[in-house]
Amino acid sequence: MATETAAAEGEGSSLVFHPMDQFIVSPLFGDGPVGMFTITNVTLWLAITVLCVIGLLVLGTSARAIIPSRAQSIAELAYGFVYKMVEDVTGKEGVKYFPYIMTLFMFIVLANFLGLIPMAFTTTSHFAVTVVLALAVFISVTVLGFVKNGMSFLGLFWVSSAPLALRPILAVIELISYFVRPVSHSIRLAGNLMAGHAVIKVFAGFAAIAAVSPIAVLAITAMYGLEILVSFIQAYVFTILTCVYLKDALHPHH
Amino acid sequence: MATEPIAEEIAGACVGPDGSAIGMPQLCGDWVWNQVFWLVLTLVVIYFILSRVALPRIAAVLAERQGTITNDLTKAEDLKKQAAEAEDAYEKALADARSEAQKIADETRDEIKAQVADAQAKADAEIAAKTAESEKEIAAIRDSALANVEAVAKDTTAALVAALGASADQGEIDSAVDQRLKG
Repeated sequence: MATETAAAEGEGSSLVFHPMDQFIVSPLFGDGPVGMFTITNVTLWLAITVLCVIGLLVLGTSARAIIPSRAQSIAELAYGFVYKMVEDVTGKEGVKYFPYIMTLFMFIVLANFLGLIPMAFTTTSHFAVTVVLALAVFISVTVLGFVKNGMSFLGLFWVSSAPLALRPILAVIELISYFVRPVSHSIRLAGNLMAGHAVIKVFAGFAAIAAVSPIAVLAITAMYGLEILVSFIQAYVFTILTCVYLKDALHPHH
Repeated sequence: MATEPIAEEIAGACVGPDGSAIGMPQLCGDWVWNQVFWLVLTLVVIYFILSRVALPRIAAVLAERQGTITNDLTKAEDLKKQAAEAEDAYEKALADARSEAQKIADETRDEIKAQVADAQAKADAEIAAKTAESEKEIAAIRDSALANVEAVAKDTTAALVAALGASADQGEIDSAVDQRLKG
């Protein structure tokens, strides 16, 4: 943001947008190349996410009260929400994977909301992050499918309710759709967040012009509200799709 | 995130000399492994926090709450039953007391009636006795009065006879008076 204002002031009245600058990864200490273990703003915001998880789910519930405090209510709400989702979508057998899915949900929802803090770095707006999440889901679900069902897991692609002649064609389509899953799974999350944050930045650039700045500020406010919604919905969508994929692995037959 | 302008050779291919991004930072290959490393570390840490501490604790709290609610409901049910029992006992005691009171009242009334009858009979008997005694007394008085009349008559007769100058035997006088009185 500092660069934007500097650039805008430097170049006078001409508008300069740098909506993507907020996604730059930079080292926290000193200027150096970003290596694998460099402590960067990514590290900072991931650490804050972990702290929020601890604060909400560990410190918030430390009283173990029968009548919960506010923080404990939220923690219980999150627990109940994800637990019910897992149970409803995958059935009783899926419940033992609940901690993994809860990890995904808590990470994504908190990272999304932390990204909405002004000047924050949105970790989930990066494909590197969401692709890791999606691939982790895809690989573990596929391995789980083969371990649980053996070769009959391939029945997922053989639509036995369709006419015999159509089945090979459907099998190809199913196979393609299966492998497209991690792509859509990851790009949906990162794309939504990146787009929203970039649009807010574009409006913020317009706010530098006095004539349109009220409209721009209003638009930022509206977008921010929308982004709050998107933050939650995308976390929910990612989690429920994980549950659906898990259900396919546990019960591959249509 | 605000970034200071950084030298091009340090920033790599993704950040321009003015410090702003070239293209999409998301597609910058230089940064991928850094993010992957920290992300995996984060996920592992969150997973252990959740599975070791947070989730068992929340599950325990929810179970405990469910237990408390069930217990309270059972207790409330018990108390309700006890209250109903107490009410029944109260109603029964009330009815008992009422019938007892009725009985006592009846008994008392009977007793008083018996006493009154008794006293009346006694009084009647007393009155009868007194009447009889009085009658006897009256008879005695009348008898003595007659006897006195007789004696007076005899004395008077004797005195009259003596006054007339005739002497008469007392026996004669008596028999004459008796004869007169009878006649």
